[in-house]
Amino acid sequence: MKLMEYQGKELFRRVGITTPRGVFATTPDDVKSFIAKNPGSWVLKSQVMMGGRGKAGGIKFADDATQGETLARELIGKTLKNNQNPDGETVKSLLVEEKVAIDSEAYVSITIDRATKKPVVIVSSQGGMDVEEVAEKHPDAIVKYWVDPAIGFQPFMGRRLAFAAKLPTGYHKGFPKIVGALYTLFMEYGANLVEINPLVLTKNGEIIASDAKVDLDDSGLYKHPELAEWKNDAPADEDQVAAVAIGLGMSNYAKLDGTIGVIANGAGLGMGTMDAIRNAGGKAANFLDIGGGAQAELVKKSYNLVTSNAKVKSMFINIFGGITRGDQVALGIVEALKGDDVRKVPLVVRLTGTNEKEGREILAAAGMHPVETMDEGARIAVELAGKG
Amino acid sequence: MSIFLDKNSKIIVQGITGREGLFHTQRMLAYGTNIVGGVTPGKGGSKIESGQPVFNTVKDAVDATGATHSIIFVPPAFASDALYEAHDAGISLAVCISEGIPAHDMLKVVATTGGMRIIGPNCPGLVSPGKSLLGIMPGHVFKEGRIGMISRSGTLTYEVVNILTKAGLGQSTCVGIGGDPIIGTTFVDCLRAFANDPQTDAIVICGEIGGSDEEDAAAFIKQHLPNKPAAAFIGGRSAPPGKRLGHAGAIISGNTGTPQSKVAAFEAAGVPVADRPSDIPRLLADRIGAPA
Repeated sequence: MKLMEYQGKELFRRVGITTPRGVFATTPDDVKSFIAKNPGSWVLKSQVMMGGRGKAGGIKFADDATQGETLARELIGKTLKNNQNPDGETVKSLLVEEKVAIDSEAYVSITIDRATKKPVVIVSSQGGMDVEEVAEKHPDAIVKYWVDPAIGFQPFMGRRLAFAAKLPTGYHKGFPKIVGALYTLFMEYGANLVEINPLVLTKNGEIIASDAKVDLDDSGLYKHPELAEWKNDAPADEDQVAAVAIGLGMSNYAKLDGTIGVIANGAGLGMGTMDAIRNAGGKAANFLDIGGGAQAELVKKSYNLVTSNAKVKSMFINIFGGITRGDQVALGIVEALKGDDVRKVPLVVRLTGTNEKEGREILAAAGMHPVETMDEGARIAVELAGKG
Repeated sequence: MSIFLDKNSKIIVQGITGREGLFHTQRMLAYGTNIVGGVTPGKGGSKIESGQPVFNTVKDAVDATGATHSIIFVPPAFASDALYEAHDAGISLAVCISEGIPAHDMLKVVATTGGMRIIGPNCPGLVSPGKSLLGIMPGHVFKEGRIGMISRSGTLTYEVVNILTKAGLGQSTCVGIGGDPIIGTTFVDCLRAFANDPQTDAIVICGEIGGSDEEDAAAFIKQHLPNKPAAAFIGGRSAPPGKRLGHAGAIISGNTGTPQSKVAAFEAAGVPVADRPSDIPRLLADRIGAPA
C-alpha cells in the first residue's frame, strides 16, 4: 500500500521524525480558517500518489487566508497530469505546511535488498533531486549501508553514512537518530520503501522531513488494523478490486494491452502462457492466475472477468493440474458458457495433469476439444483472435 | 544421490491436522515420503488416519522421531513462529509452503536461523524423484534421473518437468525455491549443492522476471560450474514493467529484474535460454548428447 505524503508524515511523527508544521485539509474552508488562525506564508501541497506533482502545478504558495482559500478551490478537484501520468490523478485533499528556510537538502531511504536479504540504507547529499538521476550522473554522491536484521540499526551506522556522504556539518549530530527512527518505522510497519527527499537542514539548524514516501508491504498490513482506513484514500487499482471481488488474490489479475484472454493456474504458468502467446505472434489481454485447487464456480467467474475486457477476441485456458483438478476446471468452463448473458469468445483449452481424462470427457460432451500442449494452444488462440 | 532430500530423510509436518496439511500429507505418503509424524498444538497424543503420531510441539516430535526435515502448512501470520520453532528444535531443513508471509518477518527469520536450510516461502517444495517428495508437487510428472532442476515457480515447473520427463530426461532433485522477494534458499545455494552431487549431470534453471537471483546464478555457473551443462528458461518475458504478476517477487522495477538482463547474464555464462519450455530438451541435448 503506497501512502500519501500526509499519511507518511503521520508515521514519521509517530517514530519521532520532525515534519513541517501544518494541517491536512479536504475543503477550501479548512485552508481558510487554518491560515486565518495562523497568519504567515504557507505551502499548499496536493495529496496525490503520482510523482512530479510540482511541475504538474500541484504545489502553490499562499500569503493569507483569502489567497489560501482561492488556491485551494483551484487545486481540489483538479486533475494533475504530466508525461509519466498522462491519465492524471484528481486532487482530493491538500497538506498545508509552513515554508521552511532551507540551508541544505539531503536524501535518505531504506528499502529491501533482495540479493543480500537485508534492509539497505541509502544516503546522498544531493537532496531534492530524483535519486535515480543522481545515481546515474554522480554515483559517488550515493552511499549505502546494509543493516543486519539480527543486529538492527545502531547509531554508528548513521555516523558512518553521514561522513561518507559528506553531509554538511549541521546534519552530523541529529542524523543517526533520524535514520534509526526511519529504520524502526521500516521494520515495525513492514515497509517496502521509506524515503525522505529532501531531508532539510533549516537555517535554524533543525533537521526536518520535508517530503515522505512510504510504501507498505500488503502482506504485513494485518499487524496494523489502525491503518485500514487509509486504504480507501489510495486511488483504487481496478484490476486488484476486480480480482478480490471474485475471490482471487489481489495480484492474481492484471489487464494488459493485447487481444487474447488468459486463464492459467499458477503465477509462473500464467506468465509462461503470456510468453507462449507472444511467441506465436499474438499478445495477451491479461494475466490471470486462478490459483491452486480452483473450483468450477471460480473458473466461471474468471471467464466472465476476462471477457469483461472489450479488447478480448479469443481466450486460452491453460491448466496444468497438480492440486487443481481438470474435471473442476472443465465443469466451470461448461457452466460459464451456459448463460445467455455471457460474452462468448472463441476458446481454446489445454488441460493436463490431475483428472485430465475426466475433464476432457466433460469438455468433449459439450462439443469442445482440448489441445495437448501449451505451444499448440497458444498458436490456435492467436489464429482465433485474428479471425475475430 | 540427490540434494537436500533422500529416501531416508525423516520428515514431520507442521500443521498436519489442518485441511492443507492433511491433504498433502496423504499425497506425500502415497509417493513414498518418509513422514514420521506431525505437529498440531493441542492435538498431541493423537494419530492421523494413516497412523503417524501428532505432537504438541516440534521439540516433542523431534525428540520422539529423530526427524531432520519439516514441512510447514500454517497461515502466513504464524509461519515465522513455525520456522523459529523448527530451528529451535534442531530441524536441519524446513520447507515453508505458506504464501503471504510479510517480507520483514522473513528478513528476521533468515538472519537468525543459521544452520537450518529454509526452502521457500511461497514455494511448491522439493522432490528427489523415486526417493522422496517434500511439497505439493504432483509426483506423477517426475521421473528419477540425472537432471538437477531449480525453479521460482510451481506449475511452470511441472510444465518444464513434464517436457523433460517425456523427452527421457529424468531428474535427480527438483527444488521450487519460491516466488517471494525474501527466500531462504536461492538458485546459487542449489547450484552449490548440485556441483557436489555425482548423480546430477546437467542443470535446468526455470527463472522469472524480477530480482537478481538469475543473474547471480549465471555468475556462479560462469565461475564455478563452467563444465556442467545447463539450460534456462525465463518466465514473464512478455510482461510489461511495473506490473506485479501473481508472485510478489515477479515485478520489473526500474532497471532491475528485466528479462534482457537475465538472458544476457545466462548467455554470457554459456547457458542457452529457451524461448519456450518445449525447446529445453533440445538445448540440453546439444550439450550432453541426451535423447531429445
